[in-house]
Amino acid sequence: MSKPYVTLLGKTVRYIARLRGGGSALPGLFVEKIDPDFIRRTLADLTHGVVVISGTNGKTTTTKMVVELLESQGLRVFTNRTGSNFARGVAAALLGEVNHKGELAADIAVLELDEAHAVNFVKNVPPTHSLLLNVMRDQLDRFGEIDTTARMLHAIASATTGGVVLNRDDPRIGAAAFVQSLDVPLRSYGTHASLQRLFPSDDDLRSDDSALPKSAHLYADDTSLESLDGQTATISYGGKTTTVNLKLNGIYNTLNAVGAVALCRLIMGDNLQEAAMIEALQNVTPAFGRGETLTVGGQPLELVLVKNPSGFRLGLSSFSPDGYKTMIAINDNYADGRDMSWLWDVDFNSLQRSGVSTVSGVRAFDMALRLQYDEIEIAKVEPQLTTALRHFISDTNQPKRIFCTYTAMLALRRELAKITDVEHIS
Amino acid sequence: MTEKKTITLLQIYPRDMNIYGDWGNALVLQRRLQWHGYHVNLIEYNKGDTFPADVDIIVGGGGQDSGQDIIQNDLLTIGDRLKQLAQDGVPMLVICGLYQLFGNFFKTQDGHTIKGIGLLDIETHAGPERLAGNITTHSTLFGDIIGYENHSGQTFLSTETTPLGTVVKGAGNNGQDETEGVLHHYVIASYLHGSLLPKNPAIADWLIEKAVTRKYGEFIPTVIDDRFAVEARDVALKRPR
Repeated sequence: MSKPYVTLLGKTVRYIARLRGGGSALPGLFVEKIDPDFIRRTLADLTHGVVVISGTNGKTTTTKMVVELLESQGLRVFTNRTGSNFARGVAAALLGEVNHKGELAADIAVLELDEAHAVNFVKNVPPTHSLLLNVMRDQLDRFGEIDTTARMLHAIASATTGGVVLNRDDPRIGAAAFVQSLDVPLRSYGTHASLQRLFPSDDDLRSDDSALPKSAHLYADDTSLESLDGQTATISYGGKTTTVNLKLNGIYNTLNAVGAVALCRLIMGDNLQEAAMIEALQNVTPAFGRGETLTVGGQPLELVLVKNPSGFRLGLSSFSPDGYKTMIAINDNYADGRDMSWLWDVDFNSLQRSGVSTVSGVRAFDMALRLQYDEIEIAKVEPQLTTALRHFISDTNQPKRIFCTYTAMLALRRELAKITDVEHIS
Repeated sequence: MTEKKTITLLQIYPRDMNIYGDWGNALVLQRRLQWHGYHVNLIEYNKGDTFPADVDIIVGGGGQDSGQDIIQNDLLTIGDRLKQLAQDGVPMLVICGLYQLFGNFFKTQDGHTIKGIGLLDIETHAGPERLAGNITTHSTLFGDIIGYENHSGQTFLSTETTPLGTVVKGAGNNGQDETEGVLHHYVIASYLHGSLLPKNPAIADWLIEKAVTRKYGEFIPTVIDDRFAVEARDVALKRPR
C-alpha cells in the first residue's frame, strides 16, 4: 500500500480512537498491521538519526529530559511522549506528527522503548545512539529474570551504530561481561563514589556486597554527578565541573538528568552549545506521574510512580513523609505486573512515624497487609480509586503525596483532571 | 517477669536466593512469632558461612539461574545437616529454586544435571515454557492456598511423596498432574510466592506451632487480626491468571 494512504488511514483511525476516548496504541497497532515498514521508512530520513532510551526505571522522565536538551540545541525532535513505549506506541505518535504525505518535520527521533519491544524494534530500525539506564527487578512475570532484561539491553547496544551511553554504576550494565563484547563506541555516566549509597540496586537489597565483577573498562568519556544538595547538583565532564539548580525532585531523577546530559553531549559533539544545554537542564520538570506536583484544594499533591521494588524504595527515600499525608494505590493490571511479591521487597519503615492515610487500588488489601507486617498505621483502606481519592483530598490542611502503580496513576490523573489543571497527555 | 521464650529463625541463602519477595516469608514468621509472644533470633546462612548449631525454623527462597549456580555446591555441603534437621522435626519452608534443589536433581534445557540434596524425593526438568500466573491450590491441612507462580522447571514427585496441595487454578508442580508443592515431615516446599505466607497465615502459624512445640512442648497462640489477609485472599481469588 502506498505511503499517503497508510498515513491517511492511520490518521483516521487515530481520530476515531480519540473520539472514543480510547488508548494511544490502537491506531499504531492498525498501521503496524497494514504497513509493517511504516516506522522504519518514516524515521529513515532524519538527519540526526534515531535515539533509543531503555532500562527498567526512569525511561519516561529521561526521554523528556533528552528531548528538552536537544531542543535547546535547535533540533526539531520527534518523540513518543505518551509513555506508550511499545512499537505501536511509536507508530501512533508518528501518526500524530507526520503530514499527509507521511513526512516528519523533525531532525532527530528520541524514543523511549520498553526493553522487550526494543529488541525487535532495533532489528528494524538500528538506532544511531542509545542510552541504557538500569536493570532492576521489574515485571518478572513478563521477562522471567533480571539477567534476561540485561541481555535485552545488550541487544539494543549491539544494534546501535554511532555510540552508546551507559550507566557505569548499574551492576549489570556496568559489568565486565556486558561491556566487553560491544564494539560500538561507549560513553558512561554515573555518580561519584560518595553518592552511590543513595542508589541502592536490587543486589544491595539483602546484602552489602554485589556479586558481579565491575568492569574495569575505561570509557572514552564520562559524565558524573559529583554531589547533590537538595536540588543543587554538581556535574562534571570533560575536565570541567558545573553546578546547576534543578527543578527536578529526587535523587534518581537527578541521575537520569546526568545520563541525559551525557547523551546530549555525545549527539551534539563539537556543535554543543553548552550554555543552552545547561539552561534547559535547569528548567526540566519531571514527566507526568514521576514526581509531578499538582495543586488540589490549595495544597500541593505529588504523584510518584512506583512499579518495582527499587523504584518504590527510591521513591520512599527521595521524598520525606514529614508533614505530608500519604496515599498508596496498587493495581495489578498487565501493565503493572500481576505478581504482588515485589511489595515484600520494599521496606516501609520510613512511613512509621507519619503512617499511611489511604490505601487503594485493586490490590489495596495486599498493600495494607504489607504495611501491617511493618507495623504501620493505616487510616483507611478503599480499593475503589475514585472514592479513595475524594476522601484523601477532602482534607485541605496538608500537602499530599500518592505513590501509585502505572494504571492507578492513569486513573488518578483522569480523576484529578476534573478538579485541577493536569497536563493533557495524548 | 519471666524471660521471653526465643525461637531461632534461619534464612538460608538470602543473599543469592531472594528474587520473589522471599523476605516476606521470613518477615511474616518473625512478626507472627513476636505477636504470639516469642522473642525471635533472626539469622542468615549464606555461601561459605558456618551452619548454626541451634535452629528452630528454616526458610529459603528462589533465585536467578546465576544465584542457583553460586549456591548449589555450598548447599550440597550442608545437605546432610538439613536432612537430619528435617528428620528431627524442624519445620522448613522452601520456595521455587530451593524447592528444586531440595530434590534429587534439576535437569537443565541442555541436558546438564544439577545435583540436589535429596531431602525431597522429587526431580525437576527444565520445561519448554514458563508457568506463570496467579494460582490457587487446595490442601486438606490448610484449605485454599493462594499465590503466584513463575517457574520453567517442571517438578515430578515420587509415588511416596505427598504434594502440599491440589491445583484449583494454575499450573502447579509440572502443569500435568495437578499437584503443587510437597509436604514431607514438617518441610513445606512450594512454587508459590506472592509472598506465600502473608496471604496464607494458616501455613505460617503451622510452621510456628511445630517449631514452638518441638522446643517448648506446647504452643499457646494469641489471636492475630488477619482481616487484611482475608480480604487480600478474596481479591486474589478473583484476579485473572
